[in-house]
Amino acid sequence: MSLSIEQMNSMQIDVLKEIGNIGAGNATTALAMMLNKKIDMSVPKVEILEFKEVTKLLGGEEIPVCGICLDVDGDITGNIMFLLTGKSSKMLANLLMAREDNSETLDEIDRSALKEIGNILSGAYISSLTALTGLNMKISVPSLTTDMAGAILSVPIIQYGKVGDKVLLVETEFNAGADDIKGFFFLVPDAGSYEVLLKSLGVLE
Amino acid sequence: MAKIIKVGMADLNVMKESGILTTLGLGSCVGITLYDPLKKIGGLAHIMLPSSKSIRNNSNLAKFSDTAVRLLLDDILKLGASRARLVSKLAGGAQMFAFSNRNDIMKIGERNVIATKEVLRELHIPIVAEDTGGNFGRTIELYTDTGKMLIKTIGQGIKEI
Repeated sequence: MSLSIEQMNSMQIDVLKEIGNIGAGNATTALAMMLNKKIDMSVPKVEILEFKEVTKLLGGEEIPVCGICLDVDGDITGNIMFLLTGKSSKMLANLLMAREDNSETLDEIDRSALKEIGNILSGAYISSLTALTGLNMKISVPSLTTDMAGAILSVPIIQYGKVGDKVLLVETEFNAGADDIKGFFFLVPDAGSYEVLLKSLGVLE
Repeated sequence: MAKIIKVGMADLNVMKESGILTTLGLGSCVGITLYDPLKKIGGLAHIMLPSSKSIRNNSNLAKFSDTAVRLLLDDILKLGASRARLVSKLAGGAQMFAFSNRNDIMKIGERNVIATKEVLRELHIPIVAEDTGGNFGRTIELYTDTGKMLIKTIGQGIKEI
């Protein structure tokens, strides 16, 4: 038996939203430290969306995006995914490598840099979750793909699709200097892991 | 201008007039087309998961391979297609992220393709072409006047099956 987003009460959803908030906040702090730059972050928006609305948010199914996905293992299993629009991924890679590369494509160094960013952001996200819940979680090495938004989003959406028709999404926007970078986090627990998470926080019997 | 019907994720549609049935950004999902070459009637389903049987909340029939293919078949027969003439084409079922260890979520594309083939076999509908697997997304277009399927990708070019 597994709980879907639709079946949760408003208290449980608020708790999940708050976790998303804290996780994204910690992740952004980690990024600021890594880049050694002041990074302004908007309050993360946590939304529960229908499948088709998710791709709209990114600008359409065929928009090129960059997805970094990691396995989560331990008391909770699932995946964590960090998604950047094509432009944001290039800007972030440039920031990290301190270079001005105006080409649109990601080269090997960019990809490696972005994987590392995904690793650090996801690590910060998960460690804040671990601290909050007392649950044991660890993450795998990151895997990076650039492709159509629809194709990359099919990965978390399918996972959510097993239990319902909605997705929980954390949208976080940050800027460093003149560059606006928009990133999205998906925490995608396997069936049964939402229960473990909510129980550990005392909002599920 | 040709009529275009867009099929979303966990959705399906059929078309009798000359036009295009399309679904955008297929990843691990599978696009399944049925086509009657004589009457020039086409149908397209965009499924997400292999089977409705192991899932409790399975009210959306277009989400699962086993139920979506049957629903698509019903719909296309209602438009006047002949069951004996129907042929199918498949695309999608990619594995978007590479992981060495577990797990079933990463192999979902492959499982979607296997399940779809199984259902089509049970229904005795031949698969005349497919472009499945790989690690990239696809946008597909089914042209109802020819039955041709166009597959567009980022970085892997465009092809016709």
